Amino acid sequence: MSVPHIPCLRFGEAYRSFNESEVNDYRDGSPKATLSQVNAGIIRRDLVQIGKAREALARFSTRELVDISAQAGDLFLNEDLPLGEGSMQSAQDYLETLSSTSGLPHVMVKRNMDKIHYALTHVELILNGLTRGINFDILDQGHGEQAGAPVCFYPTTDALGLVMPSNSPAVNSLWLPSIALKIPIVMKPGREEPWTPFRLIQAFIAAGCPKEAFGFYPTDHEGAADILRLCDRALIFGDKSTTDLYAGDPGVQVHGPGFSKILIGDDEIENWPDYIDVMASSISDNGGRSCVNASAVIVPKYSKEIADALGKRLGPLKPLPVDDPNAVLSGFANPKMGEWIDAALDADFAGSGASDATEPYRDGSRLVKAEGGTYLRPTIAHCESMEHPLSNREFLCPYASVVEVPQEEMLRAIGPTLVVTAITQDEGFKKQLLRASNVERLNIGPLSTMKISWDQPHEGNMFEFLYKRRSIGVAA
Amino acid sequence: MSIEEQIKKSAELLDSHTAEMIKWHFSPETGSSFWLDWAKEQDWNPLEEVSTFSDLCQKFPNFQDEWLRDLPNEVWVPQAYKGKPFNIFETGGTTGMPKQRIGWDDFRIDYTAFSETLSDEHFPRDHYWMMVGPTGPRRLRLAIEHLANERGCSCYFVDLDPRWVKRLIASKQFDQARAYMDHAVDQALTILKHRSVSALFTTPKLLEALAERKDLIRAGIKGVFCGGTTMDKQYARFLVEEVCEGGKIGFVPTYGNTLMGLARHHPIGPENDYSIAYYAPQPRAVLRVIDPESNKPVEYDTWGRVELTTMTKEFFMPRFLERDEALRRKPWSEAPWDGVAEVRPFGAMEKNIVEGVY
Repeated sequence: MSVPHIPCLRFGEAYRSFNESEVNDYRDGSPKATLSQVNAGIIRRDLVQIGKAREALARFSTRELVDISAQAGDLFLNEDLPLGEGSMQSAQDYLETLSSTSGLPHVMVKRNMDKIHYALTHVELILNGLTRGINFDILDQGHGEQAGAPVCFYPTTDALGLVMPSNSPAVNSLWLPSIALKIPIVMKPGREEPWTPFRLIQAFIAAGCPKEAFGFYPTDHEGAADILRLCDRALIFGDKSTTDLYAGDPGVQVHGPGFSKILIGDDEIENWPDYIDVMASSISDNGGRSCVNASAVIVPKYSKEIADALGKRLGPLKPLPVDDPNAVLSGFANPKMGEWIDAALDADFAGSGASDATEPYRDGSRLVKAEGGTYLRPTIAHCESMEHPLSNREFLCPYASVVEVPQEEMLRAIGPTLVVTAITQDEGFKKQLLRASNVERLNIGPLSTMKISWDQPHEGNMFEFLYKRRSIGVAA
Repeated sequence: MSIEEQIKKSAELLDSHTAEMIKWHFSPETGSSFWLDWAKEQDWNPLEEVSTFSDLCQKFPNFQDEWLRDLPNEVWVPQAYKGKPFNIFETGGTTGMPKQRIGWDDFRIDYTAFSETLSDEHFPRDHYWMMVGPTGPRRLRLAIEHLANERGCSCYFVDLDPRWVKRLIASKQFDQARAYMDHAVDQALTILKHRSVSALFTTPKLLEALAERKDLIRAGIKGVFCGGTTMDKQYARFLVEEVCEGGKIGFVPTYGNTLMGLARHHPIGPENDYSIAYYAPQPRAVLRVIDPESNKPVEYDTWGRVELTTMTKEFFMPRFLERDEALRRKPWSEAPWDGVAEVRPFGAMEKNIVEGVY
């Protein structure tokens, strides 16, 4: 079978560049697709005309776009959709191909597909959460009355810029409400993961969304920087060094490491064995690749015992065939990344103050070549304090530290945290948690950190990002 | 005349030119002290052993460009030019002492010849040009003005110092680099707003930046003459199809430097996938695409290192290995000798090269 070519999309129209990159199988490096790479000038020129994309979406009502989104969700999940030039891709092809280039086992790709499907088929619920129940008519007209008060909203941008990652397909669900909010997208896909956004765009178009709303620009650093600079609102995903560049820029919503954590209060610590399941799943679901995966367990005592129990649970996990429904670990699309993480962990364990609680149960090395690819087996680090460099780290694999911190110091010690699962029934501690300004999403009780609510944004409110409220007076 | 006959004739011309230039530069009455002294140190005599271009390629080692930096300019003055003040042109020099080439009339001769390759449609005579790019100590500034004058035109200039841009980019001061580019573009737009200009000489990045802020067609631009950085197929296509709106503005890419002069390009378009091939102003300058190890040209349409030989009465520079690599292209009727295509910095596929806006 010939290798498909995925073009750039300029206002939804395919554009094939002379410059191409390859998207390769994570196991043998064989090409699964070529991808048009465009120069930044193309993006800049298209952004000059972005108004036509806005106008194309503005011809639809919010209700129509919500319905289109739902239909797109079904098409994305089930149907054959165009892939590149003249070829079609079934849902099963998508699943298998994405697995082969990302290293995600089929079962995880399927879970990601289901998440995206849920998001698309529940855009109404999501918009309700984002807008706190504003009537769609008000969104269409730009003003109206809400709970007896006049409201008026205006868009903050003509396009939502997106610089996407390659690590997890479900992150695409973040931009999906933008279409129903009538804001076109201008996207640089992840170099190794064009599949999901391209398929989503094709699903939207097949469902009746105007193709002009979609800019899909595989490009270089200059192109990515221009997307972030020239779109008045943009999302960027990346590691800390990338996201630090845009911290403080109100036009750029930064999605970097989450440093999500599980905290156990003094009142529940004696029951810690009951919570090993929720800890293990928070650490290892989705291959440990998400910003909502727990990367630290903070407890007032029994840290050694908890680390040992987690080591015993996660340490034996091994890579399984990609189509094994029990597969938990993901291969590395870039094997060097796995090697780098392994070396970084070894270097930090070599010093004092931390020990590898998984090692006794791992039966071999952390870095393994298996199933044709490169994998990292889970790692639980028992750290003596939050001062240790491994205590608050995040890696692209199942990894977490276990650290003892007195309850009264926990919220100060954890630093900025995307998701906190706090296992406590102590009303005083709960009040402190509810007041904490360094926690984006708070789960109270033994809920996985992976559990997020579609109607409550856990990392920035897309509606408030894309629209601003202003006062309005209209003469009678 | 068939292309084969044209190729043969141009090769003969190159051989006779080579013999003439060897005689000039290695005769005590006309040659420079550098080459006369150099010949004394060899165990062979260029005057006796080099009568064709092939002989030159076999006998001469690669020219060392450090000589242009380390030696005083006087050593390059041919006896025949002694006592005549010369222009000093510089190349490179991001840090430290730049390389220098001296000259008298070469740039006029080279650019007068180049003028013949430009169309009156896109580069109208008796009008105004504007150069937005490196002026300073470069030959280009005088050369462009001469070229404009040659066509009855006068030229406005907006300077851009590529050495500063390279330093900004190398030290990751991207905001400053952008601000400096904006500063150059602002000045160019001011000229376009207040003066009538029909032809532009600039770099591809500056051309893009100008076109993003001004409708160049409505501004009266008919032709753009562009050089200075790598233009791969995709970039060339973008500049032709989008920036120059599919030929409404004539786009003339060039390859040249202070040491060579100016190479013309083979017409580009969808028919050749916008692969830009350049042809040196032979016989005054010769470009080969070679394997440096074997000193032999690579096969046509394969990659090799660019080697430049310049042979004028003012300057002799045999077999200088450029810092570029390119595809070797076949001769064509308007330049019946080898061309160099898709020129890019040597090793560009392996490492990032700082080119910036220049």
